[in-house]
Amino acid sequence: MSNSPMKRLVLVAALFAASGFASAQELLIRNATVHTASARGTLRATDVLVRNGRIAAIGSGLPAGNASVVDAQGQPLTPALFGGITDIGVEEVSGESATVDTALALGSGASDMQVRPEFDVTLAYNPESILVPVTRVEGIGWTLLSAGSRPGGSLIGGQGGVVRLDGSLDAVGPRALFITLGGEGANLSGSSRAAQWMLLDQLIDEVRGRIPADSQFALLTPAGRATLAKYFGGGGRVMVRIHRASDILRLLRWAKARDVRIALVGAAEGWKVAPQLAAANVPVFVDALANLPADFDELGATLENAARLHAAGVAVSFFQTGDASHNARKVRQLAGNAVANGLPWEAGLAGLTTVPANALGVGADVGSTIAIGQRADLVLWSGDPLDVANIARQVWLDGRPIPMRSRQTELRDRYLHSDTGLPRTYPNDAR
Amino acid sequence: MKTTTAALAAVLLAGCASVPSSKPAADGKVDLGFTNDPYPGTYTRVAGPPVLLQHATVLTGTGTRLDDADVLMRDGRIVAVGTDVEAPADAVRVDATGKWVTPGIIDIHSHLGVYPSPGMSAHSDGNEATSPVTAQVWAEHSIWPQDPGFHTALAGGVTSLQILPGSANLIGGRGVTVKNVSSVTYQGMKFPGAPWGLKMACGENPKRVYGSKGGPSTRMANIAGYRAAFADAAEYMKKRKDAAGKPDSDKDSGGKRDLKLDTLAGAINGDIRVNIHCYRADEMAIMLDLAKEFGFKIAAFHHAVEAYKIADRLGAEGVCGALWADWWGFKMESFDGIQENIALVDRAKDGCAIVHSDSEEGIQRLNQEAAKVIANAGRIGIAITPEHAIRWLTQNPAKAMGILEQTGTLEVGKMADVVLWNGSPFSSYAQAEQVYVDGARLYDRRDRTRQPTSDFLLGQDVMRGGVR
Repeated sequence: MSNSPMKRLVLVAALFAASGFASAQELLIRNATVHTASARGTLRATDVLVRNGRIAAIGSGLPAGNASVVDAQGQPLTPALFGGITDIGVEEVSGESATVDTALALGSGASDMQVRPEFDVTLAYNPESILVPVTRVEGIGWTLLSAGSRPGGSLIGGQGGVVRLDGSLDAVGPRALFITLGGEGANLSGSSRAAQWMLLDQLIDEVRGRIPADSQFALLTPAGRATLAKYFGGGGRVMVRIHRASDILRLLRWAKARDVRIALVGAAEGWKVAPQLAAANVPVFVDALANLPADFDELGATLENAARLHAAGVAVSFFQTGDASHNARKVRQLAGNAVANGLPWEAGLAGLTTVPANALGVGADVGSTIAIGQRADLVLWSGDPLDVANIARQVWLDGRPIPMRSRQTELRDRYLHSDTGLPRTYPNDAR
Repeated sequence: MKTTTAALAAVLLAGCASVPSSKPAADGKVDLGFTNDPYPGTYTRVAGPPVLLQHATVLTGTGTRLDDADVLMRDGRIVAVGTDVEAPADAVRVDATGKWVTPGIIDIHSHLGVYPSPGMSAHSDGNEATSPVTAQVWAEHSIWPQDPGFHTALAGGVTSLQILPGSANLIGGRGVTVKNVSSVTYQGMKFPGAPWGLKMACGENPKRVYGSKGGPSTRMANIAGYRAAFADAAEYMKKRKDAAGKPDSDKDSGGKRDLKLDTLAGAINGDIRVNIHCYRADEMAIMLDLAKEFGFKIAAFHHAVEAYKIADRLGAEGVCGALWADWWGFKMESFDGIQENIALVDRAKDGCAIVHSDSEEGIQRLNQEAAKVIANAGRIGIAITPEHAIRWLTQNPAKAMGILEQTGTLEVGKMADVVLWNGSPFSSYAQAEQVYVDGARLYDRRDRTRQPTSDFLLGQDVMRGGVR
């Protein structure tokens, strides 16, 4: 079995990594329907020229020069999409704990809370995860890695960050702090959500020196104090997983009083408090397919959540409750369904491009719009990218075409044709 | 295509009416009572006027597409499908110009009602995880008919579904097929004449659940567990059969009824459809051998993310694959999932591909799952038409569930389970506008009076606005 798929995958990854250092080619994409994800909107029959990994020109009849030319035949071109809030590269097989690095639990159990906000999940990120090619061949160029909360950890899961799915080892842009509140966090706050505010304020007291570091009430390491000091001073984005309307209102009050820049994750009942969210300029990452009362925090869940939030002026992006990592590609189905339920199409695309890029402070690190000077992270689609009826035809990251292959396409191709004698474990071209 | 004649309709109607509610003895088998039903269905269709859907793109579920076609429903049945259908004067006419009409969608794998929303611990009724073989339990006795998920599934065009026990056990129990109608009791939803399903599970789940509870802890013990159970059932059947031939006024000379073995005997007899949760190709091959060893037929492998590796064999053995479009990677046995699985199972000679959900979210948009399959098949040069793909959600599950004579296609005489879509169903933007169950308009996106609400959700918004 010398030719195992894993070995070949590693080889492919190595070759691709090497090509990443080759001098950047020029690329001209001709005659596309360019969805700029910017104020320029959609440009029909338009060419996009890429030089040195950046978008150099947008127009019609652009000269090709030395560029390699792709004829888009009028099909849609978008920025590479945001893949949602995921564990891509920090988990391989969800059910196998040895392959999962998504959350910290240094405590021995639910009653033994360990608050380690300095935990940075991006340090577990493996750019050679098989989830990376599986995801990016579907037109997804970047994702926000989350630090989950679990018993033995705390309400504060730690920090996540944005990774580009281009083989880079390190996260880009600022980190974000992850907090879980409401019913989901109650098992991390002494069985009552009321205690969540008490615990958060206790941490603020400690960060601000009102609880000395050597106090029996101190919960943080020096690194933890430094980390929280940044986020509790308005210095970074705090992603709060929360659903119930009343909890969201308390969070808005709390965040305003303590100068914390929050974004909501989930917010099944966010639509009920949409004006307040808009007034506080809080972006919301919604699961646009969540319409069932999955628990008592989500009784108001509706497919119109995204549309109602947007109509009130809230910046809306997307996240998946269920299979966020292995099936991150499903995120555009969420956007499409939000559109089917009243969200304007442009807002659906913005939810996969500019809204998350702005909320996470990575507008310069990912190509979230098609504009001159932007990183050329682009996708050419077979049709409307928010419709599951269409696929990504080609993805470019920094102007370079990525191989449209993954372990899944390799498996598919191995079994696509009839057996010819030699078992399928032998290379296709030998059979 | 012209309207089918009324005479043919009558024949087909008669055929449907003769579908028995319990096992027949037509093939000379003695009815040993393995599938008697002491909890009989009480479903009756909601009465309504005749309905004529006009000028639609109609996917019949038999592989045919009709453009600018009409569908006439009357007295709960499909009366005509074709062009220029004449309707009785009292028929409600619906202009479906630009819209599409399909058979009602059928989900062969649902846990609605047994794992309902909200997902409270008190509602966790889908896995009797106390013993690896619990063939005696019936999922129908766990169904909470007030699960709001039934209504959201209806809004997604689902008119029939099989509700199964979970996959913790080697043999989890009986599943039941229901019509997606609101009722205070599950008996009021029970699909008339539908056979039960038997739920079995391969692989990791039984190992994980029982590994520290007395086993099985290995795949080899999984197989030994099925074999022991079916060996018991075979002996039980023989005993009951021998006794049945003897004078016995109390009908008990075969010994006490064993509820567990009744179900397994029903499966061996072919009266209970065998549905096996099984991911890996090698394990499916073992289960096919197991079925031969004990003389039962497998209706469908469920989840089966590796079905594409043995697609030809599944087709040859007449076993359906009830599959997801794209789930993978959540455990080792799902690591080899590919997005072309359904297309490759479908492509095989006599292939029977089914899009299933196993999810209260997925069941709401099985049409979109199929759309993904079509799109991915296109990547490898397999062109799949809408009229073909709709069979994955209608005709094929109906066949595997044993209800194809009654529903699953738009053929004259069948139950009028029909969905009117706002366009092609194979799109993110597809929405069911009207859903008919036995000819009754039980969901209408534009008519508040045809949008059911669960008891659970009633009054939950009384204080809305109080949160300020």
